[in-house]
Amino acid sequence: MNKLRETLREAIVEAGVKDGMTISFHHHLRNGDYVLNMVLEEIAALGIHDLTVNASSIFDVHEPIIEHLKNKVVTGLEVNYMGGKVGRAITEGIMEKPVIFRSHGGRAGDMENGSSKVDVAFIAAPCADDMGNLSGKYGPSACGSMGYAFSDAMYADKVVAVTDHLEAYPLADVSIPEGYVDMVVCVDKIGEASRIVSGTTRITKDPVGLRIAYLAAQVVKHSGYLKDGFSFQTGAGGASLAVAKYVEEMMEKEHIQGSFCMGGITGYLVSMMKKGLFKTILDVQCFDMEAIESIRDNANHQEISATRYASPQAKSCAVDSLDVVILGATQVDLDFNVNVHTDSQGYIMGGSGGHCDTAAGSKLSIVVAPLIRARLPLIVDEVLCKSTPGETVDVIVTQRGIAVNPKRTELKELLVKAGLPVKEIKELKEIAEAITGVPQQVKPEGRVVAKVLYRDGVEIDTIKSVK
Amino acid sequence: MKIVKNAVAGTLESSDIFIRVEPSEQLEIDIESVVKDQYYKAIYQAVDEVLKEFQVANGKFSINDRGALDCVIRARMETAVKRGGEC
Repeated sequence: MNKLRETLREAIVEAGVKDGMTISFHHHLRNGDYVLNMVLEEIAALGIHDLTVNASSIFDVHEPIIEHLKNKVVTGLEVNYMGGKVGRAITEGIMEKPVIFRSHGGRAGDMENGSSKVDVAFIAAPCADDMGNLSGKYGPSACGSMGYAFSDAMYADKVVAVTDHLEAYPLADVSIPEGYVDMVVCVDKIGEASRIVSGTTRITKDPVGLRIAYLAAQVVKHSGYLKDGFSFQTGAGGASLAVAKYVEEMMEKEHIQGSFCMGGITGYLVSMMKKGLFKTILDVQCFDMEAIESIRDNANHQEISATRYASPQAKSCAVDSLDVVILGATQVDLDFNVNVHTDSQGYIMGGSGGHCDTAAGSKLSIVVAPLIRARLPLIVDEVLCKSTPGETVDVIVTQRGIAVNPKRTELKELLVKAGLPVKEIKELKEIAEAITGVPQQVKPEGRVVAKVLYRDGVEIDTIKSVK
Repeated sequence: MKIVKNAVAGTLESSDIFIRVEPSEQLEIDIESVVKDQYYKAIYQAVDEVLKEFQVANGKFSINDRGALDCVIRARMETAVKRGGEC
């Protein structure tokens, strides 16, 4: 049996890509990904139309997809996250069919239960052998974990692996095994290494960011969850990392042995594990080179699939065992609903990713954000898009104070007793507006350009076109 | 004050405002802002107050707001007027 194909075109034709089909991609190569653009260019050249692209995320590097949307090569888009460039075109109404947004767990879950069907998956593989054993840990375009690609490999009808680093059979360290892979294509380059991983992610020096991080860490401390067995997820942003730093100091001081940290993994979390503060890392995506080296070399640093990370269809998933998650927000409303899909004008510039999954699963979800950004107050009467329902959001931390979800009365008492600046969420809104003035309401009223599905696959909100 | 020469004040950093002033017979005010939809009126009002305070009746003001608070807008306007004008 020979799975190697000379060209991408040959593989596309043999996989039977036809008008109206759904093809899928994963986003581990992030803003350095060449594969999605490469495949769509070939498909357009073959004269195929009316495809749905199910990509775990669309980044600015995927801007060429806008041409394919205009030319009707692609007429459907399903994503968990979308960067600002393509997001703007979508919000201005370039597509007829609304974009479908899912969460990371929801995407995997919808593939598992069959409600999201993929005809052909194209899997960017930093390392492969000629029978289609795949890994993200090796090769010039290494990305570390390939967590989001597992469901594509397992549930798509046909699976095409695209690599730029072919090794002799059998690959010694396999993430996605050959049994799922139909064809392998070796191209010159699947991505731009410097854009696949961030440079060293640094802790913020911004005093507002540090104040927010300090307060968030105090919330973690006094919530009662910071004890032996503690599990933790935080993002790669400068302020999220600062929370990790403060949490690290507290764990060291109190000799706390954590169980796991999870999510997008950075060198910072790797160093916490190396110090013995966490037993293991559950890694669905690597953000920097140190994380990639660690997942390759350290057995305690495990690769997990999107299913194991957050699928609500699985018998259990790791977010269900998560104690504390630190999350971001572009807007929060008085009911604690969080928007991470659009900016304050209503333009798409993000998506849930694992936001609503971790908020739902964790025991304590903390949203950290500055109370005011470029004059715009964080807290509004009603978010432009409900990405994560307020029932699952426990605490909002800003530099001017902390709001606790009224459902969490005991937590609120603990934080008040600790002397933290706990305020009503309405008070925080008023503090901001006293500084900024009351903004005029912006509410896009155009047609629906995107539907947001909650992690269980049920529509939670829509996004409307601007102007 | 009368605007007699070109001058600038402020920056294009987030939460700041960049103001360019040039001599002109009439008073012309052009406001661009990242928060135009939410705060255009407030920005215009802050700009207008400073012009009135310094009795400026001429000059072309090109204003690029990056989400500055009222106090910042007033301070940058006052600086631009004083740099470009004379009594």
